[in-house]
Amino acid sequence: MSLLRTVELRKQFGATLACNGLDFTVDKGEFLSLVGSNGAGKTTLVNLITAHIRPDSGQILFEDRDITSLSVAARIKAGIARSFQLVNLFDGLSVFDNVALSIFARDGKTARIAALAARDGDVRREAREVLGEFGLAAKSELPAGELAQGERKLLDVAVAYALRPKLLFLDEPTSGVSSADKAQIMDTVSSVVRSGAVTAVVIEHDMDVVFRYSDRIVMMHEGSFLADGPPDAIRANDAVASILLGLSPEG
Amino acid sequence: MEAAIARPRLHARLWPYAGAALALLALIFVPGFVGLYQTQLLTYGLIMAIAALGFNLLLGYTGLLSFGHSAYFGLGAYTVAFLLQWLGIRSMELYMLLGLPVVAIVSAAFGYVCVRHTRIFFGILTLALSQVLWSLALKFFWVTGGTDGLRVPRPTLLAGMIDFAGSGGYPRFILTYYYYVLGVFALAAAIMWVIVHSPFGKALQAIRDNEIRARFLGMRVRRFRWAAFLLSGTFTGLAGILWVPLNGLTTPDVLYWPFSGEIVFLTLLGGFRNFSGPIVGGIAFTYIKSYAVASTEYWQLLLGTVLVVLVLLLPTGIVGALSKIAKRLSAIGETVR
Repeated sequence: MSLLRTVELRKQFGATLACNGLDFTVDKGEFLSLVGSNGAGKTTLVNLITAHIRPDSGQILFEDRDITSLSVAARIKAGIARSFQLVNLFDGLSVFDNVALSIFARDGKTARIAALAARDGDVRREAREVLGEFGLAAKSELPAGELAQGERKLLDVAVAYALRPKLLFLDEPTSGVSSADKAQIMDTVSSVVRSGAVTAVVIEHDMDVVFRYSDRIVMMHEGSFLADGPPDAIRANDAVASILLGLSPEG
Repeated sequence: MEAAIARPRLHARLWPYAGAALALLALIFVPGFVGLYQTQLLTYGLIMAIAALGFNLLLGYTGLLSFGHSAYFGLGAYTVAFLLQWLGIRSMELYMLLGLPVVAIVSAAFGYVCVRHTRIFFGILTLALSQVLWSLALKFFWVTGGTDGLRVPRPTLLAGMIDFAGSGGYPRFILTYYYYVLGVFALAAAIMWVIVHSPFGKALQAIRDNEIRARFLGMRVRRFRWAAFLLSGTFTGLAGILWVPLNGLTTPDVLYWPFSGEIVFLTLLGGFRNFSGPIVGGIAFTYIKSYAVASTEYWQLLLGTVLVVLVLLLPTGIVGALSKIAKRLSAIGETVR
């Protein structure tokens, strides 16, 4: 059953066609990787689905409901969350507060002004639990700005995950970290996401990571889909191989 | 082992409350040791501290620099003067009860316009709107008294139970009013403490740190900024309400932009990254200014020098510098142990 479906989704920036009438589907419960060279349109597609930008034309359906005109806040409420390519955290707040805030926002508690945030036992318990799952419990009192890069990437995912979305987009969760950290981050992220029964769409450049963790891989090139299938099929696809080797698909 | 880890963290949690209780205790005993003039000066300091606490909800916690907070301070002061002039009200409690909604409504209206922008555009808008109020106070002299301002004699306190008419009223007023302001200040500071530590306050800080991420947690950023603006203006307005009976007079000076500058200045002086920074700044600035004015006619030059030195040497303000020293000392203590 498809959780998300786009119909003829199109977005053009000047002369660049970032999304060329895309029909993109995400099935419930899968761990999908979106791959392709820089400028292939991966981030644009995610930005369109999460309402960061508006499409020129086309439709976005989430659980068979048209969400094309919904605001960012309404889409989050519907169950779509995301993390960002460049780490986007609240650096002045503690690691704990970063996650707690996500829970407060999800539960509509951010308007509470007459109670201390630290006194909310439910939120405190859940925030601790999420931080534990992501292996950040020991750092919870540190300001987020003082974490190491790998931990920042994990916290970025944890903040999005704490919204308890049905569909979670992760834009390059392992960019800018060492390859040793990459495996650790992806192990953590994939196990949390799978145990939480969250459907995840990951934009990723490292093909080792992609082949190892994905249920399905979708390859983009110049605003269109080039290939779509399970890791083995993608590995055997000549067009994909030539792109990955930096050749043009025609050549 | 568990307890050994838990104990220092508990200390860290209780420290601010212990500090606040000590400071309050000290403030209660100060008038017993100093003269009337000093007591009066400290009252002014506490009033400026309330204004700065309000201002800092926007600057320190929401990341918006207002150059127009004179508007709300002056509005509080003029509202009191009008309540006296038109309705003959002399009760301090009624001044606050009727004045605060007026300031809140104007803050909401001005804020609605200003929070459509951020950074310098926000600052310029706040400045422009405060200048509108200033020019109104200046031009409509048949209502506002123009540059002569409006007189506000000593009010009655606690629903008229305490009156300062007759001989010896002045010293009695200064001493009693000090405790009155101290009480309001303590309450205002406690309320502000809860606000900045509430989920709402955390949301403001999140918006300050990263507006885009806050939006992608589903927060309506502009609404939060608007609410912060309203609260900020109202706190500063409360300071204006408390200030005018002590000063005995309100003039357009408290609506003029240099006064907004003073509010910015004293918050930076204390440190806008700490809760107590604006409080320390409000009191310290009041002293520095009064001694500067008394010692030289070029007092603005002296204040300017202080500001330059401050920005160069203490970018985090007095409280920021002190807490850095305290951290270093405790780190040394750890290594010695």
